[in-house]
Amino acid sequence: MSQGILAIAEQIDGVFRKVTYEALSEGKRIAGSLGCDLTVLVLGSDIENISKELGKYGADRILVADNPALSEYLTDAYTNVIAATIEKENPAAVILGASVQGKDLSARLSARLGAALAVDCVAVSAENESLVVTRPMYGGKILADVALEGKLRIVAIRPNAMSIVETAGAGSVEKLDVDVGKIDLNFVEKKLETEKVDLTEADVVVSGGRGMGGSDYSVVEELAALLEGAVGASRSAVDEGWRPQPDQVGQTGKVVSPNLYIAAGISGAIQHLAGMSSSKVIVAINKDSEAPIFSKADYGIVGDLFEILPLVKEEIKKLK
Amino acid sequence: MEIVVLLKQVPATESLVKIADDGVSIKTDDIKFVINPYDEIAVEEALRIKEAQEGKVTIISVGTDKTIEAIRTALAMGADEGILINDPDAQGCDALGIARILAAVLKDIPYDLIIAGQRAVDDDNYQVGAAVAEFLGIPSISMVIKEEIADGKIKCQRTIDGGTAVFEAPLPALFTTQRGLNEPRYASLPGIMKAKKKPLDTKTLADIGLDSAILGEPVTVIKAMQFPPEREGGRIIDGETAQEKAVELVRLLHEEAKVI
Ligand SMILES: Cc1cc2nc3c(=O)[nH]c(=O)nc-3n(C[C@H](O)[C@H](O)[C@H](O)COP(=O)(O)OP(=O)(O)OC[C@H]3O[C@@H](n4cnc5c(N)ncnc54)[C@H](O)[C@@H]3O)c2cc1C
Ligand SMILES: Nc1ncnc2c1ncn2[C@@H]1O[C@H](COP(=O)(O)O)[C@@H](O)[C@H]1O
Repeated sequence: MSQGILAIAEQIDGVFRKVTYEALSEGKRIAGSLGCDLTVLVLGSDIENISKELGKYGADRILVADNPALSEYLTDAYTNVIAATIEKENPAAVILGASVQGKDLSARLSARLGAALAVDCVAVSAENESLVVTRPMYGGKILADVALEGKLRIVAIRPNAMSIVETAGAGSVEKLDVDVGKIDLNFVEKKLETEKVDLTEADVVVSGGRGMGGSDYSVVEELAALLEGAVGASRSAVDEGWRPQPDQVGQTGKVVSPNLYIAAGISGAIQHLAGMSSSKVIVAINKDSEAPIFSKADYGIVGDLFEILPLVKEEIKKLK
Repeated sequence: MEIVVLLKQVPATESLVKIADDGVSIKTDDIKFVINPYDEIAVEEALRIKEAQEGKVTIISVGTDKTIEAIRTALAMGADEGILINDPDAQGCDALGIARILAAVLKDIPYDLIIAGQRAVDDDNYQVGAAVAEFLGIPSISMVIKEEIADGKIKCQRTIDGGTAVFEAPLPALFTTQRGLNEPRYASLPGIMKAKKKPLDTKTLADIGLDSAILGEPVTVIKAMQFPPEREGGRIIDGETAQEKAVELVRLLHEEAKVI
């Protein structure tokens, strides 16, 4: 196959998201099995310097679309630039992270280009002309193998599902002539919670549910901080107003698959399980020995979370 | 203000899904179907806009006979009119096909604002909303938690990775919903009575001027479904005291699972 693979990098304020490295590594693996090149496209403003780094993750060519109009993610401007690049590069497949931005962008792109799209892919298999991905459906209750057909395929990979592989290569950087096209959207402002570890990218997630009994999450927050992890919550805790909505884990919240998921005071409703069952190791702490969460947990402790979590924290400190 | 809500009927989130004999779909016999939770939020937001500044709320859905229930529920919540596209050729469509059908319906009716769910909780495609906007050539903003309409423009606060951002777009525009935007109301008894008399049109693809040949073959095709690997689970850590349990947990996480 002579057509290559095109990865779309995602940076926010000059920092690449972890899923970009995952997409590049997976893109490289696919390119390897198809015997073609991996090209990466970076969009933003003043990004030429940071773009070079992407050669380390397998990109043979690094295309840089550097333009002040691209400094903030705008669905229409980004779609215009990427669609134009795709038409020029004619890749067999496009790979990007299924972050919030990646999902929005890939949906719009798929319609613009009539491309087959699969989001939240956890596995990709490419052979000759065929591209089959595995992705969750029904909030993770089902895993489906989906064939992507047609001229162009877009694969949006789930954060934290694929490994990052560094290579020796250093891709060549090419600056693109950028035409941002017609833009309807106007960026007004953004608020980032920079000090927070992103829930979907975190290696450790400590979640508290209704068992927290109130908005004081300090026992959960302290353990998460010690493990450099993120804090999650059940929907009940969000509905109570104890935690902000973006912290919700589950079928109508975020799907997370960290190495370690600790559920404290969470009963284990099916909608919650859908959001965290793909975690590598699950720990449940609940005072009710009958709580359904225990049937999914690798390790369970029956007890009061306010007693257990601080003790666990002290024990972990001893390891460090 | 002409507001259109794109609504899909999906299995209730508490459903235990089972894979059907064909291996590529789920068994639907014992399943309770509901309005996609994100579309329920869309209906609620449409009603609030209508209540604040006059207007009409139209529900559009591509579905089957069963979908009438979901549309009636939205009408009972307060929507004014429903359009159901019910056609055997629409059933095999992928997300892009559905988006083309919805865009075709929209070409024939007036709209200032279209609201969709960020995703349908059955196929989890995250695709149809933005795709409809693209086919209509209008701006789209996804995962909105707050909106404000003034002077022919909509201003939306949306979820982004790691925070929130505010965008503005000229109308007509489409946005998709995120939890936190509102708390959907329940249909009231008078609402349910009134809904029975509200217009609900069922149409085929031919009625909206679409030929299934134009729709083309789906480009995403489900080849197989499986359940995620069953988790073993169920191992409870013993100990006389909380202290003992905590020590044992940390030892296991460190030595056995090697995750800390
Ligand atoms: C359409 C829809 C979508 C939904 N989506 C989601 C979703 O995305 N995510 C989600 O989480 N839920 C979702 N839900 C809600 C879900 O059904 C449950 O209601 C919710 O997950 C329960 O939250 P919880 O486990 O925190 O609360 P509860 O079920 O009330 O459980 C609290 C647990 O804490 C334990 N406990 C109490 N005190 C202590 C203590 N001191 N120490 C230890 N344990 C204690 C109790 O034994 C109990 O097991 C959804 C529901 C619907 C209808
Ligand atoms: N069959 C359908 N009929 C009407 N609207 C739909 C349909 N499928 C999807 N949608 C809309 O598109 C949103 C996203 O769906 P999806 O891309 O399938 O995850 C849903 O929340 C609905 O608003």
